[in-house]
Amino acid sequence: MKADPIELLTSLGHAVTSRLDRLGLAARFSVAVFRVLGAVFLRFGLIIRELYFSGVRSLSIVIVSGLFVGMVLAVQGYEVLQRYGSTEALGVIVALSLVRELGPVVTALLFAGRASSAVTAEIGLMRATDQLAAMDMMAVDPLARVIAPRFLAAIFSVPLLAALFSAAGVCGAWIIGVKLIGIDDGAFWSQMQASVDVRIDIINGVLKSIVFGIAVGLISVFEGYFAVPTAEGVSTATTRTVVTSSLAVLLLDLVLTVMMFRGLN
Amino acid sequence: MSEHQDIIRIENVRFAYGERPILDDLSLTIRRGEIVAVMGASGGGKTTLLGLIGGRLTPSAGKVFVEDQNVPDLSKSALYALRRRIGMLFQFGALFTDLSVFENVAFPYREQTDLSDDMIRTLVLMKLEAVGLRGAAYLMPSELSGGMARRVALARAVTLDPSIMLYDEPFTGLDPISVGIIGRLIKRLNVALGMTSVIVTHDLNETLRLADRVVVLSAGKVYCDLAPDEIRISTDPFIRQFADGLPDGPVPFHYPARDYVGDLLAS
Repeated sequence: MKADPIELLTSLGHAVTSRLDRLGLAARFSVAVFRVLGAVFLRFGLIIRELYFSGVRSLSIVIVSGLFVGMVLAVQGYEVLQRYGSTEALGVIVALSLVRELGPVVTALLFAGRASSAVTAEIGLMRATDQLAAMDMMAVDPLARVIAPRFLAAIFSVPLLAALFSAAGVCGAWIIGVKLIGIDDGAFWSQMQASVDVRIDIINGVLKSIVFGIAVGLISVFEGYFAVPTAEGVSTATTRTVVTSSLAVLLLDLVLTVMMFRGLN
Repeated sequence: MSEHQDIIRIENVRFAYGERPILDDLSLTIRRGEIVAVMGASGGGKTTLLGLIGGRLTPSAGKVFVEDQNVPDLSKSALYALRRRIGMLFQFGALFTDLSVFENVAFPYREQTDLSDDMIRTLVLMKLEAVGLRGAAYLMPSELSGGMARRVALARAVTLDPSIMLYDEPFTGLDPISVGIIGRLIKRLNVALGMTSVIVTHDLNETLRLADRVVVLSAGKVYCDLAPDEIRISTDPFIRQFADGLPDGPVPFHYPARDYVGDLLAS
């Protein structure tokens, strides 16, 4: 049967307007969350609890992943560098890859899968079981009590975890490069020290992590807060958090990398 | 009756979920100290009415006065100030699952007052004693039965001694003993704390035992507003269907559908 062009146009229009609606909702929600952040700082205990659940409990996956990524980078890097006879540069290659790119990006992706999905599910279930409504009826703003602490925990956790990821990665590369392959220990560290710049590499890497933390944190609390209050709705919201966060991190990484490193050297 | 004694006044309120009208020009007055039960078919706007009184929903037309303030006009801070004087018991309790029973009841004190931990402990234990669950203070909500969870939620709802209590289906899913316990607690708290209670419920027996007035909603309006005794002897077919639990009557058993035989024979 031939599709009715009017119907096609209607469904296309509906798809566009519903996405715009959601984008507008997300923007208004973000403004509302940012407005209560100040008050939440006064009750730091709430943030500490979320830092523990999101940050501390992500430590093992982040450190182990960092270690493996660093080891793989060392194996691959050594293979290429020895063709040019500059294997001492292994430390630099690994450190720059980790601090500039892999640390912030992979940590944010791991955080989205490990912590943000849990935050979305938790908030979604709180909505489904009327816990947010009960809080609101007790004159306690759920945005300030539930949403903002979890959002701030993501902003604090992602850069700290990214730093640990990079540190673990460098250790992994050291184990492979120095201990197993036999690159000179002094050259490994001194070249790294000489070539990694605090402003260009480390501060830019930290800035990336903070932006990723904001994006991943906001997406997780938004999806949870507006989850359809059913089992299926919460599971859909959780999936959407991981997918949207991952895409947002990769897109933001491209934009930030172009802004930060274009025209250098 | 003077204006001052009308603690809740709902005037010509309209409310719709999208295209579906729920309340249509509904007016209702509730006096201080009363226990008013709101009944009606499922989806008939009973819970919506509680949402309007508590300011969680905004009507498309009409006014909702609570303690002489029009709720839809209030700013967020004014609404929160009003809500400190309103307690609400949700259908399944809505306890915070990550907090113990004690911390659930302590939650409003910790959030709304500057009381010391010692004082909060004393007050929480008193509230839990009132609902018979002081011994369960350190259990988690997942360890409670449905009836116990509802009692903890009731203790939490009255922590700040509200002047108005809203109950959303407080008896749903409870065994007869728990229904009796919750019913008696509602009555006792209403008298002891000098509250006004609005109860949305389907449990007619318990309602007739404890309510001062029964308001029945139909088609988004107040169908009748009677004393429990008047409900018992009413011959109105709609009220009888409710009172006697008849499956069919003015509220039809069947959802609107096309002809049955035609539907079965359709290819």
